[in-house]
Amino acid sequence: MAVFEKITLSKAINESLRASMEADPKVLVMGEDVGKLGGVFRVTDGLQKDFGEERVIDTPLAESGIVGTAIGMALRGYRPVVEIQFDGFVFPAYDQIVTQLAKMHARALGKVKVPVVIRIPYGGGIGAVEHHSESPEALFAHVAGLKCVSPSNASDAYWMMRQAIESDDPVIYFEPKRRYHDKGRLDTEAIPDPLHKARVAQPGTDLTLAAYGPMVKVCLDAAKVAAEEGKSVEVLDLRTISPIDFDAIQSSVERTRRLVIVHEAPVFLGTGSEIAARITERCFYHLEAPVLRVGGFHAPYPPSRLEDEYLPGLDRVLDAVDRALAY
Amino acid sequence: MTVESTAARKTTRGGGKRATAKKAAPAKKKAAAAAPAEAEQDQLVQLLTPEGERVEHPEYSIDLSADELRGLYRDMVLTRRFDAEATTLQRQGELGLWASLLGQEAAQIGSGRALRDDDYVFPTYREHGVAWCRGVDPTNLLGMFRGVNNGGWDPNSNNFHLYTIVIGSQTLHATGYAMGVQKDGADSAVIAYFGDGASSQGDVAESFTFSAVYNAPVVFFCQNNQWAISEPTEKQTRVPLYQRARGYGFPGVRVDGNDVLACLAVTKAALERARSGEGPTLVEAFTYRMGAHTTSDDPTRYRRDEEREAWEAKDPILRLRTYLLNEGFADQAYFDSIEEESEALGKRVREVVRAMPDPDNMAIFENIYADGHALVDEERAQFAAYQASFVDAEEN
Ligand SMILES: Cc1ncc(C[n+]2csc(CCOP(=O)(O)OP(=O)(O)O)c2C)c(N)n1
Repeated sequence: MAVFEKITLSKAINESLRASMEADPKVLVMGEDVGKLGGVFRVTDGLQKDFGEERVIDTPLAESGIVGTAIGMALRGYRPVVEIQFDGFVFPAYDQIVTQLAKMHARALGKVKVPVVIRIPYGGGIGAVEHHSESPEALFAHVAGLKCVSPSNASDAYWMMRQAIESDDPVIYFEPKRRYHDKGRLDTEAIPDPLHKARVAQPGTDLTLAAYGPMVKVCLDAAKVAAEEGKSVEVLDLRTISPIDFDAIQSSVERTRRLVIVHEAPVFLGTGSEIAARITERCFYHLEAPVLRVGGFHAPYPPSRLEDEYLPGLDRVLDAVDRALAY
Repeated sequence: MTVESTAARKTTRGGGKRATAKKAAPAKKKAAAAAPAEAEQDQLVQLLTPEGERVEHPEYSIDLSADELRGLYRDMVLTRRFDAEATTLQRQGELGLWASLLGQEAAQIGSGRALRDDDYVFPTYREHGVAWCRGVDPTNLLGMFRGVNNGGWDPNSNNFHLYTIVIGSQTLHATGYAMGVQKDGADSAVIAYFGDGASSQGDVAESFTFSAVYNAPVVFFCQNNQWAISEPTEKQTRVPLYQRARGYGFPGVRVDGNDVLACLAVTKAALERARSGEGPTLVEAFTYRMGAHTTSDDPTRYRRDEEREAWEAKDPILRLRTYLLNEGFADQAYFDSIEEESEALGKRVREVVRAMPDPDNMAIFENIYADGHALVDEERAQFAAYQASFVDAEEN
């Protein structure tokens, strides 16, 4: 137990895996290159050295195999934490996740639990080649039976991982890979927020920016710039994509009366669409402007030299803030 | 025995010219296959030893002119040079990433030169040498690694499909393409490249099943370079990979992947088999990845230097050079001329890459649908207006 004044988000996940493995011998880590290499992002660095090859398992290069066997181990009482190397490589396992992992508890009349955590480094902004920068969260959140979360800072990364592992449900844990090296404070003795609660990252009164994962920082930066222009912007870190903490969004919007949702994933049929619809329903008489969304285009993730244009940056977020305030 | 032949079911269709004299498999093969003697099974097909000595193999013979041998040498040297230049360009920040083929030149040039123009290639992301053999301008391979496009060439202009990053996917495409070739009654063949790691993917297993069931004219060319990023081949399989084929009902053969002559002979034979209606073959080219997995990788975390050093002694280019020299097929003047050519190639690659412009912003919306799409049109228009608002602001 410790207090880290400045720990990177990736190291916080590493600490979290370590603490979870120490606390519960049933917790396993598995995936491609997670052993000696410590994963391509070094998130599992040193774990195999300390916990051995029986608990930190380098798997064959087969994502369907990784998730499918993790399901089997979970049925046998283990709590596997699976690493998918990059967002675009989860799809060979999508069948296992969607048709099996998500539905098993219900099909077994609640008699069976499949506490599998699937870690997916996701999102863009790192100059990678294709399939290495995608944001497929809506494809998972759409499926009943799966929980989806995405931390934006080191402390959440730590605690949400611990809670995801403790959860008896399957959790898809989206790691904002471009924030892996961002540093933050972590107190491993603190009392964490519940897993599925949003958090006000920056209070404000004129408008609410709702985001999660990699976009929280962009929104905080936008709020800062907006403040210099005399606008008070509240930033809500949703933390969780399934379930979504609609109560927290509602209470924020009832105060600010304007909502802009920001995510990297394409806007069309994305997380923002669901939030916009629900909040319009819940807050119709409070809203001074339509709920706006900022996100990716209905286009494949572009080559890296164009990703700055594709990804919502400060300007696009501020543009939406201006549009919402103009009503 | 290195090749196990399924029962001879040669069809009359095709009738491709045999470039190599591949002997029919002996009848007692089946018994041998049932109880494989490990040492014998794992023997590599080799025609050129690491010392540069020419040896014969009972099933694979090859007879190349001095000109052709020099051609293979030139291909390998230029490919290595191109690869080295790309690695350097990545270090200089001109490329975002590079996957080096260093050490795998013989596997790629040997198999690549076995192909006919009308054959079709489905590569993974490291087949720069095969691309070279197909006549793809090497600078076209760099766009994707520079981040200016997600492909970079027209697959049909050289019958060389786009690089595939999701490992193993392309083996199914190759199989389907081969099924199409078969339906067309054409006598060309298809080749799919993949790694030892990729062999674990379900897609690869499914492509084996489909190709066997439909007797598709496809050659699976697995470059076993010993590593899948940090994972050694033992993390993928308990049997030598080429033996997998038997369970699916087609032959598998292991070839010395650092021997360009053997790779050429074995691939040619496998392609001929496909052409003449005998179905798929799995070729396992036993080779070694001399460099890092990609420029993002740090192999010192998972493998020892001695291993690389041992493989350096088996260098594919050196052994051919020795052979050419010993036989008097090439002299110093020739090697110098190749060196000059390789300098020129390096220079051209540097210049072209540095001059490669970033794509236009609006390229994000290009070629998403062949028929067009209302939502894309709407977003394109919105984005254009948004961009224009900055220009206006600057002008004001
Ligand atoms: C489906 C999928 N999972 C994971 C990856 C990440 N990845 C890229 S290359 C690679 C190793 C591949 O090894 P191998 O098939 O042996 O080919 P090699 O790179 O050695 O040529 C991995 C794990 C990927 N590209 N696709």
